[in-house]
Amino acid sequence: MSVKKKFKGLSDKAVAWLFIGPSVFLLLAINIYPLIYAIRMSFTNFYANKIGREPQFVGLKNYIKVLNKEAIWEKMQVTANFMFWTLLLQAVIGLGLALLLNRKFKGNELLTTLIVLPMMLSPAVVGVFWTYLYNPQVGLFNYVVNFFYDFGSFDMIGSSELAPWSIVIVDTWMWTPFTMLICLAGLRSVPNYLYEAAEVDRASKWQQFIYITLPSVLPFLLLALLFRGIENFKMFDMVVELTSGGPGSATELASINLKREAFEKWKTGYSSAFAVILFVTIFGFGNVYVKVMNKIKER
Amino acid sequence: MILLFVSLFAFSANSNAKSITLGWAAWDPANALQELTKEFTAETGIDVNFEFVPWPNFADRMLNELNNKGKTFDLLIGDSQWIGAGAVYGHYVKLNDFFDKEGISMNDFSPATVYAYSTWPKGSENYYALPAMGDALAWAYRKDWFDRPELKSEFKKKHGYDLGVPASWDQLYDMCTFFQGREIDGQKRYGAAINTERGSEGITMGVTAAMYAWGMEYENPNKPYDMEGYFNSPQAVEAVEFYRKLYEGCAPPGHSDAYMVANLDAYKSGQVAFQMNWYAFWPGVSKEDSDGRVSGFFANPKQNVAAATLGGQGISVVKYSDKQDLALEYIKWFARPDVQQKWWDLGGYSCHNDVLNSPSFPTSTVYAQGFLDSMGIVKDFWQEPTFVELMLPMQEAIHDYVVNGKGTAKGALDKIIEEWVEVFEADGKL
Repeated sequence: MSVKKKFKGLSDKAVAWLFIGPSVFLLLAINIYPLIYAIRMSFTNFYANKIGREPQFVGLKNYIKVLNKEAIWEKMQVTANFMFWTLLLQAVIGLGLALLLNRKFKGNELLTTLIVLPMMLSPAVVGVFWTYLYNPQVGLFNYVVNFFYDFGSFDMIGSSELAPWSIVIVDTWMWTPFTMLICLAGLRSVPNYLYEAAEVDRASKWQQFIYITLPSVLPFLLLALLFRGIENFKMFDMVVELTSGGPGSATELASINLKREAFEKWKTGYSSAFAVILFVTIFGFGNVYVKVMNKIKER
Repeated sequence: MILLFVSLFAFSANSNAKSITLGWAAWDPANALQELTKEFTAETGIDVNFEFVPWPNFADRMLNELNNKGKTFDLLIGDSQWIGAGAVYGHYVKLNDFFDKEGISMNDFSPATVYAYSTWPKGSENYYALPAMGDALAWAYRKDWFDRPELKSEFKKKHGYDLGVPASWDQLYDMCTFFQGREIDGQKRYGAAINTERGSEGITMGVTAAMYAWGMEYENPNKPYDMEGYFNSPQAVEAVEFYRKLYEGCAPPGHSDAYMVANLDAYKSGQVAFQMNWYAFWPGVSKEDSDGRVSGFFANPKQNVAAATLGGQGISVVKYSDKQDLALEYIKWFARPDVQQKWWDLGGYSCHNDVLNSPSFPTSTVYAQGFLDSMGIVKDFWQEPTFVELMLPMQEAIHDYVVNGKGTAKGALDKIIEEWVEVFEADGKL
């Protein structure tokens, strides 16, 4: 009775806070506090494994060090290459598959389920089993490639030219279904009367695709690419299992390097600065991207 | 009801039982230790729980545990390179007083292992571990192939000396290339499975086996941390170039990220004539010889000097443990000569002089003499508290040169020195 009374007197605002309070608390505790702490650490020479050594304020030294380090720029370049090719391939193949599956044919549902399967696997597991598929002696990948054209024995993971492609191929294999599903949702939301009107106007299939399908599906595709872009910027597990960042540092993405600096070398201050730079980069790109996406939507 | 009481009693009895937890890597010797420890439990009533971590995650898991002052482990069999961090950051209990009280003398253990596994600063009389598992990087070869008359005569004709245990790295290369791509019993074979792993320590452990044999020193013996002209000396450069030549000319296809298990697999599946690996694996390899496979073993070949890469570990008591007394009791038991003999008999590598100096030791197994030879010539990577920071740039630069074929050996070694200087500067050593 008394509880009922108590809640009866709560304003709408108070009830709203009651609902969102736990989420806000968790957000502050799990996301915001660590972020502020990392920013604070980034201005110190803190090493988490050096017990008893007090961190000292070093100003912008860590940021300058990160930005001036050639190796960091190499890792960023590797990450950019990885992102560019995976996003491009996933956009093209994902949209193609969505267009295919948007048609009605026998076995459509079974095919959709089969295509979506890779996405449901753990990235670490995918990394491990692709190392076997890429094995030059017994791997299926070499066999299939050589079936079409005899390249002889080649080592996808051991060659600096091929290793970056090896991770692009695996990521594309795994995540194209995601792009496909989002595009498929977009395609199914296009009203049929648009195509009927186009038919009446004698628009060709190509014109229908360019003027109806593509503009309708583009916001969905861009959204899918935004998600994939963010994910691939922080890609870690699959690549570590597949190549460990090698050969040398040919596939060492920024996130792998960050992990090594932070939790193997224990350069906490330095790696915090690196993490902040990565955060600002992805946050900046993300914001610009969302603005562009909204503009496209408004058109 | 009775059953409920019985189970409650059992639970309560179990929760009161004395027990400790020992952490080590998941590999054959760990299983042998588990077997051996049954006797400790029978004698003392102290249960020992084991947590064995796969090698690729071993350092990460254990060092994180120590850095977080974790209480999971009471005893830790940690890599030789961790001793500096264990001592300096206070992760390990200093054992001098305990050794004095219990009459455990470090003179009873092989000097190389005491130096490598127990002391910090190196060579001092401050002991932070008891030598637990002697180990070094060595080689296994297909003795059955080497004994084939047609191969022997073909090799002799080609190279002018007998096909057998290589006396130098040059001979090793001759033999590896002899088997590379050769068809034996209808199957294509390759030269050698060598360490090329990128992620943890694999390629560094492999390439240093060559670098030590060429006479590389990490630093100026008279001026610590002065590495210029030592770590990147012409001999060191030649050794790294040689290692790349060995990888390019003798490794099986796809052997670009391989360490312990991958080398074992390549050897056991009959792909290669040689494998580079730790002594710890030889009991298993020897025991599993079948289908005509006969394995021979030898210490790291000499080039300019006789040297081998040190492996192995000491057993330490974790400072954050609440059961240090029980953990020390285990060490006291483990240090006993009779236990050390059983340890060797079960497949562990004892470092106790009573075991190693026994007249029957060199012939006790086919790899025992090689082990003795190796332990007299071992050299280790930096054991500094910052060893992980020192290991990572070496892994990257050597892998980039050997496997990736990028740049030059001198360039790779210079780059490593550059990174190491930065690490030592940050650590206040330079």
